[in-house]
Amino acid sequence: MKSSLIFFGLIAFACSTQAQNVLIKNATVHTAASQGTLTNTDVLVQGGIIRAIGKNLANPGNLHSIDAQGKPLTPGLFAGITEIGLEEISQEKSTVDANLELKSGESGLIEIMRPEFDVSRAYNPRSVLLAIARVGGISFTALGTNGALLSGQGAVMRLDGSYEPIAGKRIPFISIGSGKLEQSGSTRAAQFMLLEQAFNEAKAPTPGDERLLTSQGRRVLNNEMLTSRFFVLVNREADIRQVIKFAQKYNIRVALVGASEAWRVADQLAAAKIPVFIDAMEALPSSFEQLGSTVENATRLQRAGVSVSFINGNDASHNARKIRQIAGNAVANGLPWEAGLAGITSAPAKALGVDALVGSIEIGKSADLVLWTGDPLDVSSTATAMWLAGKATPLISRQTLLRDRYLAPSSNLPRAYQP
Amino acid sequence: MKKMIIAAAVCAALCIVPVQAKKKPEPEPKKPAPFASTYQAISSAPVLIQHATLLTGTGERLDDADILLQDGKIQALGKNLSPPSNAVVIDATGKWVTPGIIDVHSHLGVYASPGIDAISDGNEATSPVTAHVWAEHSLWPQDAGFAKALAGGVTSMQILPGSANLVGGRSVIIKNVAATTYQAMKFPGAPQGIKMACGENPKRVYGEKGGPSTRMGNMAGYRAAFIGAEAYRKKWDAYEKDGRKGDAPDVDLANETLAGVLRGDIFVNIHCYRSDEMAAMIDLSKEFGFQISSFHHGVEAYKIADVLAHENICGALWADWWGFKLEAFDAIEENIALVDKPEGGCAIVHSDSAEGIQRLNQEAAKVIATSARVNINITPEHAIKWLTSNAAKALHIDKQTGSLEAGKMADVVIWNGTPFSSYAKAEQVFIDGALLYDRNNKALQPKVDFLIGQEAQP
Repeated sequence: MKSSLIFFGLIAFACSTQAQNVLIKNATVHTAASQGTLTNTDVLVQGGIIRAIGKNLANPGNLHSIDAQGKPLTPGLFAGITEIGLEEISQEKSTVDANLELKSGESGLIEIMRPEFDVSRAYNPRSVLLAIARVGGISFTALGTNGALLSGQGAVMRLDGSYEPIAGKRIPFISIGSGKLEQSGSTRAAQFMLLEQAFNEAKAPTPGDERLLTSQGRRVLNNEMLTSRFFVLVNREADIRQVIKFAQKYNIRVALVGASEAWRVADQLAAAKIPVFIDAMEALPSSFEQLGSTVENATRLQRAGVSVSFINGNDASHNARKIRQIAGNAVANGLPWEAGLAGITSAPAKALGVDALVGSIEIGKSADLVLWTGDPLDVSSTATAMWLAGKATPLISRQTLLRDRYLAPSSNLPRAYQP
Repeated sequence: MKKMIIAAAVCAALCIVPVQAKKKPEPEPKKPAPFASTYQAISSAPVLIQHATLLTGTGERLDDADILLQDGKIQALGKNLSPPSNAVVIDATGKWVTPGIIDVHSHLGVYASPGIDAISDGNEATSPVTAHVWAEHSLWPQDAGFAKALAGGVTSMQILPGSANLVGGRSVIIKNVAATTYQAMKFPGAPQGIKMACGENPKRVYGEKGGPSTRMGNMAGYRAAFIGAEAYRKKWDAYEKDGRKGDAPDVDLANETLAGVLRGDIFVNIHCYRSDEMAAMIDLSKEFGFQISSFHHGVEAYKIADVLAHENICGALWADWWGFKLEAFDAIEENIALVDKPEGGCAIVHSDSAEGIQRLNQEAAKVIATSARVNINITPEHAIKWLTSNAAKALHIDKQTGSLEAGKMADVVIWNGTPFSSYAKAEQVFIDGALLYDRNNKALQPKVDFLIGQEAQP
C-alpha cells in the first residue's frame, strides 16, 4: 500500500513536471461545441486532455489552479490555410518551400499533377512564425500547397513545436481558375478535363499512353486519397458549380477554399455538405473571378446551412493572427457570434478531419486553450495565456522580445547587449 | 503715381508677399498650374448631429455633444446646439463621431480592382528615377476600392506611385468622392508629394536592368538626382531673379519635381523599412536641404522613434504587417505606439492596401490592444489622431481637414459605436458637409460604372 502511494506520488510528480495538468477556474468558456458558452465555469485538464467542464469543480490532488476571473476561454484558434513553417521570408526563395513548381519533365503534364507531393516534409517547427501565431492565440494550422492543378498534399499541424502532422487522412489540394491557366492550355475547361484524365488514370488497372501521373502518384491518388476531402481553391460561381459536378461524378468529398462567389451557390453547397474556407473581409472585385465578392459571404452561406471556416486571403502565414479579425468582421456583417468562433475553431477542425483532437472545449479533447482579455473576435482583445496539451505556453515571440529590448531603459551599452 | 502708392498701401495692409513685388519689374504672369482640381463640394442643407461621443482629432473627447455642419464647414461643436431652421437633425445617441479618416498611403486607382495588367499603372518601372511622372495621370476613377474605402470612413487619401523606383514620381491627394475624372477628385489647394523608396524594391527591380543593384547604388542614385536638381533649381532661380530676361532655361519634368522638393513646394514621402536606412535618408535630406514629411512602412521605426520625433518626421505605419521580405522582419505590434510616444512623435496608421484602407480604424484598435500588454495605455481620443490629424499634417492639409474644429471642411464620420473594434461600422460619411455614404440607404452608396450590369454582383 505504501509503495503504491509512493508510486502514485511519482506519477503525479512526473505529470506536474510535464505540467500537463491545470484547473482553470471561473472562466467564460466558449466551447465552440454544442454546449455553447458557459459562464463561471471551470475546466479541468489532466495529462494534457480536457477531463471535466463544469461549475465549482473540485481540484483532484493539488493541481495548479488559475482563476480566470470571468475572462473568455476558447479553444486554441485555427490559423487558416497557411505556409507557417514552410515560409520564413516570402521574398527569399531559399526560405520558402510551399509550392511544387517542377520546371522539367518529359511530358510537361506530370508537373501539373503530383498527388504524391507532401508539403509537410518541408515543415520546420522552429520557424519564428509559430511563436508569433501563438501570441495571437493560434494553436493549429492547415498547411496548404498551391503549385499545380493537383498540387499535392497539405497537413494539419499543432503549433507546439512538434514535427508530425495530426494523424488523419491525406489533405489533397486542387487549384481551379485563372491562376492555373498556364497549366491547362489557356482554358479552365481543360482543368476539369485534365482532372478527369488523372482520376481515370489512377483508377485504371494499368496506365495508358497519355500519362498525367507518375506510378507513385497513381498509387497515392487511387489508394490513399479517394476517401479524403479534396481542398479545391476556386472562386467563381460557374467554376464552383463545375467542382460540385466533378465531386459528384467521382464520388469524392470536397471543401472550397477562397470561394468568393460561394454565396451564389449556397443551397447547393449545403445540400452537398461541402464546407467552405473563406476570407470574410473580402469585399472587392479583385479579379474577374471575384466580381461577386461580398462581406456577407459568410452570413449568407451559414444561413443556408453551409459549414463556414475562415482563411486569411492576404499574408496568411506571417499575419495568421488576423484570422480572428476576419471572424469578427463576419459577425459584424451578420454572422452569429457562435458561428464566427466556430469558423476559427471547430468548423475547420471538422472539415480537416482533426476534430477528435482539436477545435473545441469538450471532454476528451486536447487541452489547447486560450484565455483572453475580452471578446476574442474583437481586435480590441489580446490573448493573456495559452495552454497546449495542458502545458502552459508562454506568449513570447521574436516580436515581443524585440519590443522588450527597445522598451528597456537605455544603458551605456548598445541594445545588442540587452536580452 | 499716387494711385500706385495707395494700391501698394492697400496691398501691404491686406497681404504680405506683394510688398516686395513693387520693387521689381512686373514678371510675365506664370501659367496656371496644369491639371488643376475641378473638385466641387456637393451642396447640402445644414446637418446637426446630436448627443454623440465626439473624438475631435485634436486629442479631445466630448461626450453627449453636438456638431453642426453648415456650408461645407464645421460650424460649431458643443452641448445643446440649436439647429438652423432648414437643418437635418440626426440623433446620434450611442454613436461616435470622428473626423473623416485620411489614408496617407494608397494605390487605389493606380493599382485598381480588378488587379489586371490593363489597369496596373502604379510603377513606371522603366528607370530608377522617374521624378517626371505623376500618379494622378494613372488614376482610374472607376476603381471599386474608393467606394469601399468610403464605407470605412475614409474621406481623403494620398495616391502614390509604387516603390519600384528610387524616385517614383509625384503623388496626388484626393477627396474620396465618386467622379468621372480624377481632376474632380483632386483635393482643392493640396500640395503634391513625391514618392521615394529605400532598400530592397529598387535594387530588386533594377538589379538586372542596369542598376542600382545594391543599397549603396540606391544612395548614389538619389544623390546624383538631387545634384542635378540643385543645378537646375539654381539656373531657374537666377533666371527668375533676373526678371526673366533672355531665353528661359529648358524645362525638365523630372527636375521640376526634384527642384520642387528642394524649394519645399513638394513634400517628401519615403518608403523605408529599416532604421539604419531611415537614418541615412535623413542625412541625404540634410545634404540637400529638404525636409522629409514621413517615412512609410517604417517597420523598424520604433528603434529610432526619438530621432523621428526630433527631426519632425511622421511614421506612416502598419499595425501588424511583417515578414514578406527581410527588411520587414523586425516588426513589432507596438511600433505605432512607440513612434507615437516621444514628445513631438507623429504616428500614422496607413494602409498601402485596398483591403486595409477599409478598416484603418481596426488597425488602430489592434495597436491600442497590443500596447496595453506592456502598459502603454492609449485613449480613443488620442488614437484617432493617427488616422486623422496626424495624417493631415503629414500631407500638409491640416489647415483644411483632419479634425473636428470650427472652420474646417465638414469631413465627418458617424460610427455605430467606438471605432476601435471589429464590430465598428461607419454608418454615415460626410464630405464637405454632404452625406455621401449611408450604410442604411442603398441610394447613398456609390457604385462605379465598371460594376453596372455585372450579374455576379451582390
